[in-house]
Amino acid sequence: MSFFAKPVPTFAGHARGLSHRSFLRLCLLPLAVVAAAFFLLPMVKLVIVGASGETGLSAYAAIVTQPRYRATLINTVLLAAATTAASLAIATIAGLFLQRHRFPGRALLVAMLTFPLAFPGVVVGFMIILLAGRQGLVGELTSRLIGEKLVFAYSIQGLFLGYLYFSIPRVILTIMAAIEKLDPALEEAARALGAGPWAVHRDVILPALVPAFVASGAIAFATAMGAFGTAFTLATNIDVLPMVIYTEFTLSANIAMAAALSVGLGLVAWAMLALSRSLTGGTIAAAG
Amino acid sequence: MSNSHGVSLRLEACAKSFPGGSRALDPVTLAVARGETVVILGPSGCGKTTLLRIIAGLEAPDAGGRVFFNDADVTKVPIEQRKVGMVFQSYALFPNMSVAENIGYGLKIRGIGKAQRAARVAELVKLTGIEGFEHRRITQLSGGQRQRVALARAVAVQPSVLLLDEPLTALDAALRERLRSELDRLLRTLGITTIYVTHDQAEAMALGDRIVVMRNGAIAQIGSPREIYFSPQSRFVAEFVGAANILEASIENGELKLPGGRIKLGNGAPAGAVTAMVRPEAIAIVPPERAALCGRVDAVSFVGDRARLIVTGAADRPLVLSVANSTDVKVGERVGLAIEPDAVRLLPGDRR
Amino acid sequence: MRDRVIFCGQLVFTALVAAFLIVPAILSMLAGITANYFRGIGSGLTLQWVVAVWDLYAETIARSLLIAIATLAATLVVGVPAAYALNVRGGRLARTVEEVITLPLAIPGLAIALALLLTYNGFGDFRRSWLFILTGHVVFTLPFMVRSVMAVLSGIDVKTLDESAASLGAGPWRRFRDVIVPNARPGILAGSLAVVTLSLGEFNLTWMLHTPLTKTLPVGLADSYASMRLEVASAYTLVFFLMIIPLLVAMQLLADRPGTPERS
Repeated sequence: MSFFAKPVPTFAGHARGLSHRSFLRLCLLPLAVVAAAFFLLPMVKLVIVGASGETGLSAYAAIVTQPRYRATLINTVLLAAATTAASLAIATIAGLFLQRHRFPGRALLVAMLTFPLAFPGVVVGFMIILLAGRQGLVGELTSRLIGEKLVFAYSIQGLFLGYLYFSIPRVILTIMAAIEKLDPALEEAARALGAGPWAVHRDVILPALVPAFVASGAIAFATAMGAFGTAFTLATNIDVLPMVIYTEFTLSANIAMAAALSVGLGLVAWAMLALSRSLTGGTIAAAG
Repeated sequence: MSNSHGVSLRLEACAKSFPGGSRALDPVTLAVARGETVVILGPSGCGKTTLLRIIAGLEAPDAGGRVFFNDADVTKVPIEQRKVGMVFQSYALFPNMSVAENIGYGLKIRGIGKAQRAARVAELVKLTGIEGFEHRRITQLSGGQRQRVALARAVAVQPSVLLLDEPLTALDAALRERLRSELDRLLRTLGITTIYVTHDQAEAMALGDRIVVMRNGAIAQIGSPREIYFSPQSRFVAEFVGAANILEASIENGELKLPGGRIKLGNGAPAGAVTAMVRPEAIAIVPPERAALCGRVDAVSFVGDRARLIVTGAADRPLVLSVANSTDVKVGERVGLAIEPDAVRLLPGDRR
Repeated sequence: MRDRVIFCGQLVFTALVAAFLIVPAILSMLAGITANYFRGIGSGLTLQWVVAVWDLYAETIARSLLIAIATLAATLVVGVPAAYALNVRGGRLARTVEEVITLPLAIPGLAIALALLLTYNGFGDFRRSWLFILTGHVVFTLPFMVRSVMAVLSGIDVKTLDESAASLGAGPWRRFRDVIVPNARPGILAGSLAVVTLSLGEFNLTWMLHTPLTKTLPVGLADSYASMRLEVASAYTLVFFLMIIPLLVAMQLLADRPGTPERS
């Protein structure tokens, strides 16, 4: 530690230029400035504004006290929960299959499943429109098969599909990584004791994956809660929290309410991701 | 007085090659009697674990290889149905279950009722000496405790064969010694046919009724511990099991001619160049004046219960001796060496 | 036999899920070069829609590229030295700082944008320029650069390298330039790719921060989805794909090479 406490002497025998400690401080300075000016300060301002409306601090409680916001909150939570459960189930089945078998085309399948990871929410919305919108693939197929054109991109089913679309790639990566780390000796021990494939999954594999489920599930939940682009593109009359915040701010000019709701949403998302991080030590960004 | 349980085992021409071309095991043929404990001994990579896994049913032998339990061909039977008890090197205890649940898992799979399961678990907990730990989680156990749980779990279902893959390797030396004798007692009490894999020759000799020494995917020698130790059939076995002095010399007139003198051999010794082996404890120090073989003491190490000497000049390379710790010799001293004819073992020339 | 059935079932399931994800993307790429989507590919392939996109949105595409490169430059200058300093100092301070800068990942972009607007609305010129969007992007992508570099640095013994360079007479700046940065290169590269990809695709923040004069590519995409015909919207999406797919492939290749940090 003493290395970093003293100035570094040069051949000339006296300290010249920057000491190591000062250099480190200099290294951190731009970060401190940027973080303070463009993140910490605005966040504080947000919290303050949230309490500065007509109803004052009770704006923060409005998310549960006011029926409209409460309904939105419940909608959003249910949607996020359904997305999380569905994507975990899908990712586990597909993940186990892909990690346990090697066959030609496997790499392609993996690429196809993880490729949408970088799509912004708007693009995901557009994908759903192409699938299930008025000129969508599903509409074409159903009108040929059963004579009626099925369009559901702009309903809650479409929104759910959109949320699935950006959740599956995220979740499947984490799950596949966890499957890879499973100790094969545990499965062999269970088999040696007579357990068939179903028992091995039930008693050994799934319990071992629980931390991965919680970690990636938390990320999926937080991402779904905060997703804006997808809902925006699907331009529905579905009320999800981010859309409500948006309309409060831009259409109703109800700035304080928008701020309060944002803080609430931020807290929920942050809590979820903190939980996830405590279980894995890493995070995939929430985006969508 | 025989306390034999389990099945007799037979392997016929079981070989194993892996995709990619590497050959882990040359065709092996082995027969194990009911209730016998056979130790498979060899250095890393010799194929011993592969052999164990073939017996277990975790690997299938290459075409032509067959495995028999009690003369029934089980080659195509998967491990779930072979009723083997397996202890893995890492123990592979289920972290989501308690000690009691781990031990009872095999019974649960077989549909044994709760009460009966609990009784059997209690029996095994007592047998392996882990009373009081039944409800602990695996992560709360020490290495030695885990080993016992793994053993109890494997034995709970009354398997036909007990398979142990280096069960003591993960433990520190002192613990290993203690558990080795416990394991020995346990195996004798149970009397199940046991296959035990290890690279530790002391373990092998302490636990095995017979030892199978393996090298590079093939069997080098099979025999009782005494046979292996006193009558090794190759240089590799001689050096792997116990320490050995290897002498390359020629025999004339029934005596082994060495730079430092001669060793008289027993009757029927062939003439010509040979490779011979003498164990360190078989060489005695005698006064040099009338000794047939002499040398000079190069180093003396006091090891506690014995003393270890290095003597040069007697043979073409330094000889290692293990003598009583009260022996009084000094470095540089000229000594005579006495070796019984029976203690000299002639080894067939092996060129590997 | 049963194993075969299970294998096929799982394969079909996985293939269907993959199809769900890929088919619309392929459809959109095709639609972008089809003369008339409604009539299908039989109506002929054409680049007219891509040209139309260029006419309408060339400026937004250019602006997105500018912002992405500027974001990269900013995160390099701010993030790399900071990652080094945090790695070296370690301890509670480093962990707290890391937590703080990772917060923007947790908080929805909408909320961050709102916060920025409330704080800087008064600074008219700044608020109306593309620099405002830049700040949002920097706040959002900085954690990726910092964490990527820190991950690589923690894998090599930075302290010893630093000390041995110092023993040879190099001052802190020289050491940073000649020893630290070259050794952190895999992390810097991975972080750079992540930053550029994220900046190009960023919507949640940018939508709130933008003005009609400072639109970016994703903002343009939202525009085209709402008001343009399907072919134009698809062509625009195609352009976006063409821009990010090479980046994604590069990131995947980089991740597969030993010595690079885990994807974060």
